[in-house]
Amino acid sequence: MLETIWFLLWGVLWAVYFVLDGYDLGMGTLMPFLAKDEFDKRTIYNAGGPFWDGNEVWLIAAGGVTFAAFPLAYATMFSGLYSALMLLLFTLIIRGVSYEFRGKVENASWRKLWDVCHSLCSFLPALLLGVAFANLFYGLPLDEKHVNQGGLLDLLNPYGLLGGVLFVVMFALHGALWLAIRATGGLKERAVATARKMWLVTLVVVLAFLAYSFVHTQLFGNYLKNPYLFLILIAAVAGLLACRAFIAAGSYWKAWAGSGVFIGCAALFGVIGLFPAILISTLNPAWSLTIGNASSSQLTLKIMLGVALVFVPIVILYQAWVYKNFSEPIKGEGEMEY
Amino acid sequence: MDVLMLSRLQFAAATVFHFLFVPLTLGLSVLIACMETAYVRTNNPVYKRMARFWGKLFLINFTLGVVTGITLEFQFGTNWSGYSVYMGDIFGSLLAIEATAAFFLESTFIGVWHFGWEKLSPKAHAVTAWLVCLASNLSAVWILIANGFMQNPLGFVVRNGRAELADFIAVITNPWAWNEFVHVVSGAFALSCFFIAGISAWHLVRKHEEEFFGKSMRLAVSVGLLASFAVVAQGHLHGNLVAKLQPAKLAAMESHWETMGNAPMYLLQIPDEKNERNLVQAMPVPGLLSFLAFNDTSAPVKGLKDFAPTDRPPVGLTFVAFRVMVGAGTLMLLLMLLGYMKRAKLSQMPGYLKIMVWAIPLPYLAMEAGWTVAEVGRQPWIVYGMMRTADAVSPISTGQVGSTLVAMVLLYTLLGAAGAYLMFNTARKGPQDA
Ligand code: HDD
Ligand code: HEM
Ligand code: HEM
Repeated sequence: MLETIWFLLWGVLWAVYFVLDGYDLGMGTLMPFLAKDEFDKRTIYNAGGPFWDGNEVWLIAAGGVTFAAFPLAYATMFSGLYSALMLLLFTLIIRGVSYEFRGKVENASWRKLWDVCHSLCSFLPALLLGVAFANLFYGLPLDEKHVNQGGLLDLLNPYGLLGGVLFVVMFALHGALWLAIRATGGLKERAVATARKMWLVTLVVVLAFLAYSFVHTQLFGNYLKNPYLFLILIAAVAGLLACRAFIAAGSYWKAWAGSGVFIGCAALFGVIGLFPAILISTLNPAWSLTIGNASSSQLTLKIMLGVALVFVPIVILYQAWVYKNFSEPIKGEGEMEY
Repeated sequence: MDVLMLSRLQFAAATVFHFLFVPLTLGLSVLIACMETAYVRTNNPVYKRMARFWGKLFLINFTLGVVTGITLEFQFGTNWSGYSVYMGDIFGSLLAIEATAAFFLESTFIGVWHFGWEKLSPKAHAVTAWLVCLASNLSAVWILIANGFMQNPLGFVVRNGRAELADFIAVITNPWAWNEFVHVVSGAFALSCFFIAGISAWHLVRKHEEEFFGKSMRLAVSVGLLASFAVVAQGHLHGNLVAKLQPAKLAAMESHWETMGNAPMYLLQIPDEKNERNLVQAMPVPGLLSFLAFNDTSAPVKGLKDFAPTDRPPVGLTFVAFRVMVGAGTLMLLLMLLGYMKRAKLSQMPGYLKIMVWAIPLPYLAMEAGWTVAEVGRQPWIVYGMMRTADAVSPISTGQVGSTLVAMVLLYTLLGAAGAYLMFNTARKGPQDA
């Protein structure tokens, strides 16, 4: 029972991470295409400015919870995906630093350097996370000692790459909408136009990914067994459709919420499709890591559940307060810190 | 080099780098919160300018602290998967609690603090400053409880082929962890005071903004004296704990080979690890080692020869690091004492001010040396007496670790250099428009 709750919480943490950091990463990816001048660029940095660090902690929490609730999965996943994970971390490091460093020196090439770093290191994490999760949905060649027999290049199979593309485009959609909320003038108009295009692209890619998943992976097994679960997929689709309707109506907050629901439910759809496995072994199903053989002791799971039940709602409350108070459109340089 | 050695180097590089930034975050956040509170209380704008100026330096440092922390969170899984499987039940939960209870609070409110100067009232802004420093120090509590478990494991049972949690209260009340916490946090405060004092001194010598830097300097020497005293005094208690619970580490710290009562401490000593002796040992202070370890000049102190060679930590590094820390600590205490006694007329003491500029690296050195003592001195164990470092390493290839080690060191060096350059510039410009 506790294991199942933790499995769900584990999925939820990843989903929230994708929803929140997704728009930062998406904005960074789009920056070279949307920003026409220095003011636009600064708007993009400041649009994510008060939030990026708080968003990133959802990743740290997801990592920490993997460690706490499923230590064997933590050990296997991160040593098994060693090179990809290190690359992800390095890019996130550069991305974080670019916020703080870019504006500190009045020099065009200095800024140019950090702009390149910022957009590249927003694009790459989105791609890598997508590739990694698609491969988890399919499974890894784990041997009986749970050692991954595949290398970095094996992750770059067509299904993995499609997952990467999916993450990039859905984050770009989400980021364009965040800019529609926070930017003004020409940048806002370009962001809205991009959101419309990205919406269509996202729709196409997600349909392709679902179809590919249906033939290539076991993800749909749980859903066919228990059709009620399809509600998650329906919620994701509803979010995506609502997003488009709200873009047309000019309600960008609601459209952003719609793309958020889509991203969150899409991630949950994949994770629940894995259940009860956390890491599937493609070599032998018996070598998979499941909530049965990878979880922590009951005592640890119980204590951690208490901690999560107390702190996560508090975190949500104060983060919501920050979003409410710090996300008006940025009108002038006076409101910029970066 | 094998995967084990490379992983150790990689972990050492990642933590040493992380800990270049952590202590300033821990201490400066509290001092900034005090400045903002003073502003709310007195309405004197100089306090607001102080908070803004030191805050700019704080943010550069903070960002580097955050990004280097991310690597560490995953490094147990990437490089120490054996450890993660065996200890995850206990250790993983402590890291997860740190994230949920401390990191969220810290990183959310640093954003509010950073972007809230105009939006929030001075009072509300001061509250966010207090939340940030509370959260940072809370994160130190949890990570040091985790580290305390590795130094002095308790509250567990070995079951299902791994260590499982048996007594959570025992784990979080581990005396080792709390000793570490007091020692590290007072060291961090001392470091932050040296940071403020050094930069203020640089400006005072040049007679810039004398009210601003005079106030900063007086704050730094007052808090700095307390903190330096605390870290030194508590260091002695910490030594007692090491003597009791990790005798091999104590022996390595002092390069003490033969078990004996009334053990002396040599002011001049050069270890010769290969031949299990000291090349030079001179100027003994009789009974001092026994006294420092057990508060009793006649107590017997175990020597390294009582431990099997495979159970001994590297002596040279542990020994040197300990001497560096204690030496730096002693100097720090003296400098702060002098500054505090002369605090009213420091601006007329250019000699002292110049020394204080050069003293900024001193506490940094002590910090890194301290961790070297604690971590290298714990070897060959990753969890003392329970699990050897060699059994903890991941089944990955030397190519993987080697290439990421090189990439990490390069990346960190570049970022660190850029960060140092920015801090240097910001510090030199002074609070012009702050
Ligand atoms: C005694 C204090 C201390 C120690 C020993 C460590 N840290 Fe740390 N860490 C902090 C004190 C701290 C901090 C003060 O809370 C930081 C530093 C600067 C900062 O921004 O927060 C931080 C940041 C920080 C972050 C980023 C948090 C964020 O995004 O806000 C992570 C993920 C870690 N750390 C993880 C670790 C791990 C896994 C460690 C063990 C090897 C570790 N830290 C040692
Ligand atoms: C931030 C301050 C810290 C510094 C500067 C530091 C430094 C080091 C160094 C130099 C080593 C290498 C020792 C060797 O292999 O000879 C090491 C190893 C290690 N430390 Fe720390 N450490 C710090 C904090 C921590 C904390 C808080 C933890 C756990 C919560 C931790 C866990 C480990 C582990 C798992 C290893 C690797 C295995 C080993 O070599 O023993 N360290 N650390
Ligand atoms: C001069 C008196 C000092 C004494 C007697 C002393 C004593 C000790 C001892 C015995 C340890 C090893 C604990 C272990 O093995 O885990 C230690 C660790 C450490 N020391 Fe010191 N210390 C002194 C000064 C300082 C100063 C001035 C600083 C920094 C400003 C500092 C920072 C540290 C750190 C960061 C550690 C590692 C963490 C820990 O184990 O607490 N120490 N110290």
